[in-house]
Amino acid sequence: MTTTTPDPLLAAEGITVRFGGLTALSDVGLAVAPGTVVGLIGPNGAGKTTLFNVVSGVVRPQHGTVAWKGRVLRAHRPHHLAGLRIARTLQGLNLFPGLTALENVMVGADRLARGGTFAMLTGLGHYHGDERRLRERAMAALEEFGVADAARALPATLPFGVQKRVALARALVADPELLLLDEPASGLSGEDITALGEAVRGFSARMGVLLVEHHMDLVMAVCDHIVVLNFGQVIAQGTPAEIQADAAVAQAYLGAAEEDSDA
Amino acid sequence: MVSLRNHESTAPAPRARRGGGPGAAGRWRALPALVRFPLAALAAFTAVLALTSLTGPAEDLRIGSVGYYMLAIAGLQLLIGYSGQVSLGHGAFMFIGAYTMALLVLHQPAFPLWLNMLLTVVVSCAAGVLVGAATARLHGPYLAGATLALAVGLPALTVRFPELLGGSNGLAFSVRGAPPALAGVVTTSQWQAAAVWLTALVGLVVLATVNAGRLGRRMRALRDDESAAALAGIPVGRTKVTAFLISAGSGGLAGACQAYLLGTATPSSFTVALSLSLLAALVLGGLGSMWGAFWGAVALVYVELWGQELAHSLSLGTNVANNLPIVFFGVLLILVILIWPQGLHGMFSRLAGLVRRGR
Ligand SMILES: Nc1ncnc2c1ncn2[C@@H]1O[C@H](COP(=O)(O)OP(=O)(O)OP(=O)(O)O)[C@@H](O)[C@H]1O
Ligand SMILES: [Mg+2]
Repeated sequence: MTTTTPDPLLAAEGITVRFGGLTALSDVGLAVAPGTVVGLIGPNGAGKTTLFNVVSGVVRPQHGTVAWKGRVLRAHRPHHLAGLRIARTLQGLNLFPGLTALENVMVGADRLARGGTFAMLTGLGHYHGDERRLRERAMAALEEFGVADAARALPATLPFGVQKRVALARALVADPELLLLDEPASGLSGEDITALGEAVRGFSARMGVLLVEHHMDLVMAVCDHIVVLNFGQVIAQGTPAEIQADAAVAQAYLGAAEEDSDA
Repeated sequence: MVSLRNHESTAPAPRARRGGGPGAAGRWRALPALVRFPLAALAAFTAVLALTSLTGPAEDLRIGSVGYYMLAIAGLQLLIGYSGQVSLGHGAFMFIGAYTMALLVLHQPAFPLWLNMLLTVVVSCAAGVLVGAATARLHGPYLAGATLALAVGLPALTVRFPELLGGSNGLAFSVRGAPPALAGVVTTSQWQAAAVWLTALVGLVVLATVNAGRLGRRMRALRDDESAAALAGIPVGRTKVTAFLISAGSGGLAGACQAYLLGTATPSSFTVALSLSLLAALVLGGLGSMWGAFWGAVALVYVELWGQELAHSLSLGTNVANNLPIVFFGVLLILVILIWPQGLHGMFSRLAGLVRRGR
């Protein structure tokens, strides 16, 4: 642990997003330092996914800036993220159903290829080397998540927990410096969630993690810092212990308690 | 849209394990694309040479037609089956290719055939980029409608510019046959069929290489899930336009081959019916495999022929006789798809599997 606060990898400041009359985010700020796990929590519709969309260039905020390693991202688009070394998982599984598990992860590794359009079109140059490189990297990532057996299977034929691991392997195969996880625990059983928690802690040795999650035990167990959103506003932030003791947070979650219990 | 997905990726697994064991088939698949596809093309080319040495001029022309249709359908396969963009107007690119070829032969008679083919590819790829870029934001029925409009509208240019494009009669020209040295050895029709197949196979090698590599994977990824593909770093718009470019280049080259084979380019050859036939042949042959393009092309050429022969032998009225081949094709399409959703390719792999198990 460093004693001085390191420069944040990601810093969002004063983000405001309106969809027509609805203010999805209002003056939201958040920072993720290298090697830390930051939790982003809040009831349904609080604006968590919208903040991810702003960071990934899917949604442009009306106000505010997103800075990556101190540089403000102005016109970035989702497909630039991989090159910036930011990986994101979507709230659904979003695996490619027509591709095998291995090919799914190979798509995630695309950034690591050396060849350009010429090689892709002609089969010359780096074509063959790239195929081998991406396949090896993808296989290693599947192995890391213990699902190498599933390499040749189509996603739909795999158990849900395995699909989730494949999706994680796809996000992590290209060595991101920041990982954005949108509800990774949804639909997982108890032991899978425990394993996920350990995995996320493991990631934080290599990268910063921003975690959106409704599963509070997981959030409290893995996060260094937590930001709580409600109706698009930051209502609290601090360590897990501080958040658990926060009255405003308890208040915000009271209304959503029933929804969460059956999720 | 589930039917558009390609299941090829799972298909080789059981094949590799069964029959000849992992030996021959496995070793073949392990060869780099750069070796495997040209070798396969060489084998196909040899087979065509052998076949045309046995057949007469009329049959040679039909064999040649199978070649260029196969190329056009394979290009469409890349666009629809892999990149997930439906085009109902692919005949428009064949039109562009055919007229580019005709104009080159008429106005630049000194140009060799290979140069004309190359220039045709350049022109039709450029057209593909324009269309692809203009339609990159369109999905499903909107994209289908836009491409359909292209197929309807483009041939009308011939009437708009009659001096250049020959009006509704089109352009007629004569092409050089076999070089004098081979005069006694191969007939003109044999030479033409061989030239068309060589061109088509070169095109097919490029398509197969693209499909098997990173670009093909990028296309299938964005076809399945655009958001997830973008987050993986795939430039979605650029990849879609590239798919259009490749597919338009194949269509244009196919059109050029047709013009070269027939010695004409007429607007009536490039109606919407052609575009729809290409699509139907793709589905009939089987989405998701290069073999599908071959079977689709065979069906396109020979089902029409059988339909005509049948109409002739029944001495039906011209109205019925003209439509019988289309009805024939339609019935075949429905039957095959009902029984083998993977088309003729699916049927043949299933049958091959049965034979292998029976041994
Ligand atoms: N593209 C959009 N257009 C209009 N409204 C949107 C859009 N995206 C999100 N919203 C609205 O913005 C608000 C915040 O949504 P968001 O998806 O960010 O919530 P969330 O915190 O991720 O919720 P959940 O926990 O259910 O995933 C919601 O009211 C949602 O309906
Ligand atoms: Mg959400």
